Amino acid sequence: MAIEVNGKMYETDEEGYLANLNEWTKEIGEAMAVADNADLSESHWEVINFLREYYDEYQIAPAVRVLTKAIGKKFGKDKGNSKYLYELFPYGPAKQACKYAGLPKPTGCV
Amino acid sequence: MAKFETPALKEYLEMPASLKKDSMVHSGPFVAAPQHQEPLGFPGELVDNWQDVAIEKMGELLGKYRSLRVFLDSCVKCGACTDKCHYFLGTSDPNNMPVARQDLFRSVYRRYFTLGGKLFPKLVGAVKLDEGVLDQWWSYYHQCSQCRRCSVFCPYGIDTAEISMAAREIMASVGKGQKYSNEIIAKVFKIGNNLGLPEPALVDTMEGLEEDVKDETGVAVRYPVDVEGADVLLVTPSADFFAEPHVDGLIGYGKVFHQAGISWTVSSYASEAANFGMFVGSYENMRKIALRIRKAALDLGVKRIVFGECGHAWRVAYSFLNTLAGPFDFLDSKYPVPQHIIEVTHDLIKRGALTLDKSANDDKRVTFHDSCNVARASRMGDMPGGQFILPREVIKACCSHFFDMASDTIHDSTFCCGGGGGLLTDDLMELRVKGAMPRMQALKDVTERHQVTHLAAICAICKSQFSKVLPYYGFTMDQVVSVHQLVSEAIVLGAKD
Repeated sequence: MAIEVNGKMYETDEEGYLANLNEWTKEIGEAMAVADNADLSESHWEVINFLREYYDEYQIAPAVRVLTKAIGKKFGKDKGNSKYLYELFPYGPAKQACKYAGLPKPTGCV
Repeated sequence: MAKFETPALKEYLEMPASLKKDSMVHSGPFVAAPQHQEPLGFPGELVDNWQDVAIEKMGELLGKYRSLRVFLDSCVKCGACTDKCHYFLGTSDPNNMPVARQDLFRSVYRRYFTLGGKLFPKLVGAVKLDEGVLDQWWSYYHQCSQCRRCSVFCPYGIDTAEISMAAREIMASVGKGQKYSNEIIAKVFKIGNNLGLPEPALVDTMEGLEEDVKDETGVAVRYPVDVEGADVLLVTPSADFFAEPHVDGLIGYGKVFHQAGISWTVSSYASEAANFGMFVGSYENMRKIALRIRKAALDLGVKRIVFGECGHAWRVAYSFLNTLAGPFDFLDSKYPVPQHIIEVTHDLIKRGALTLDKSANDDKRVTFHDSCNVARASRMGDMPGGQFILPREVIKACCSHFFDMASDTIHDSTFCCGGGGGLLTDDLMELRVKGAMPRMQALKDVTERHQVTHLAAICAICKSQFSKVLPYYGFTMDQVVSVHQLVSEAIVLGAKD
């Protein structure tokens, strides 16, 4: 599978996760969200950008608890809970936000 | 994802009134890519002479596992299993009757390995292995969660799980493996756990838990990684580090060890309890994963191995660990090898070593989901049925309001959560939702009769599966809790009065 952004094709896996995370651009994230009928607001980007920062350091997406804590610290306590994150990303913050961030899908018993 | 209808929950669990032939034939998982297959020793893609390779593999398995041949030979088509499978009850597809699922394999076995099948295939229902059969295997052997409920009701004890495992191993061996399981096994070999959580991230996550528990309780509970000389090596599913409500259980294990004064550690090398080698039926891969635990225990010089809340892990640990990776004569023989965290906590409660304040869980009315592999393939404690008794005693020591679900849906008749056996993947969501129906039915029943609010589980797969499927049935995802989350809420930290 592949996704077309600005006339260029980018390879993805069966579920639309980007094959090569180095190819990621903000526009690719936007295009993936559009394909899912999702609208990315500033609040979504706060999460997506944090995921990318964390991945850069640790080579994995953060645990849900790590994510909620970090978002709460950075952007205000009212955002530091999983309810808020699920409102932003109804398919699960780890899976859906990772996709738009160009990161691989978390695997395992999750 | 294709649209599908969530089964309606009725007043009673009903046998499907009419069969829906081939209604789930479209359901199948993603096929593993070469990079998921090759690290496991399987060919990257379907080999040219796949029929020959498959039959040769079948012969090898028949020689290796006497049980497999007995299961294939002994079915008398009595029908006792037909309405026992949660996937059949949820989908009405007749190929999800355990006997029909077995027959997909049995008919090929007859054709190549029995005299009658070789001479008079039509008379004995023997078929050639062709592409159509392979496609059916692919669909329906990925609609079995290897939960073994059917085997409880089979008068011959035929275990469909073993036939599913054999079918999956044969498919992987000809180059058609399942992406979800095989990608994960490859990650364990490379990184040490199913998630692919590297050591620095594990350390960061565990340090975060120490901070959180300190903030919440004022007590410095430790969540150690790679500590040499600790008494206990905790082997837990990596979902416990990552997902909710799993992590709340991990927090609970830490509090129990803290309060009991037991020094413990997790290992970054063996940071996974779940053993997906079992799901794909591969002894070699199962053994490689199990040997990591042995190596970690030796390297860290621990005296005990304790497993966290993970159903299939406990089956592999309880039933196979010693043969796969033993002998464990270097561990302290005063303790069971291995031990389940529920056994540890139960023992401490019995000895009065923990102070538990049940009122901390007074906002909950709790029921317990027996995980299939704990219920039907293992034991806890030193009495028959301990695997049913111990978790309930731990819950009751922590909660004032506990209610069991209907008796034909618990203990060794428990229904699978719908996501076990390597099926906990989004590409099988329709199957997962439909297969959860019998469990959801029983939950609805206790919700109505006893106003139950929470479903406690001791398996990472069950917890993730329920978080996902509960909303399909009108419940909320946060109704599923870890058993040690209840312990965590109730435990009184600090010096004893």
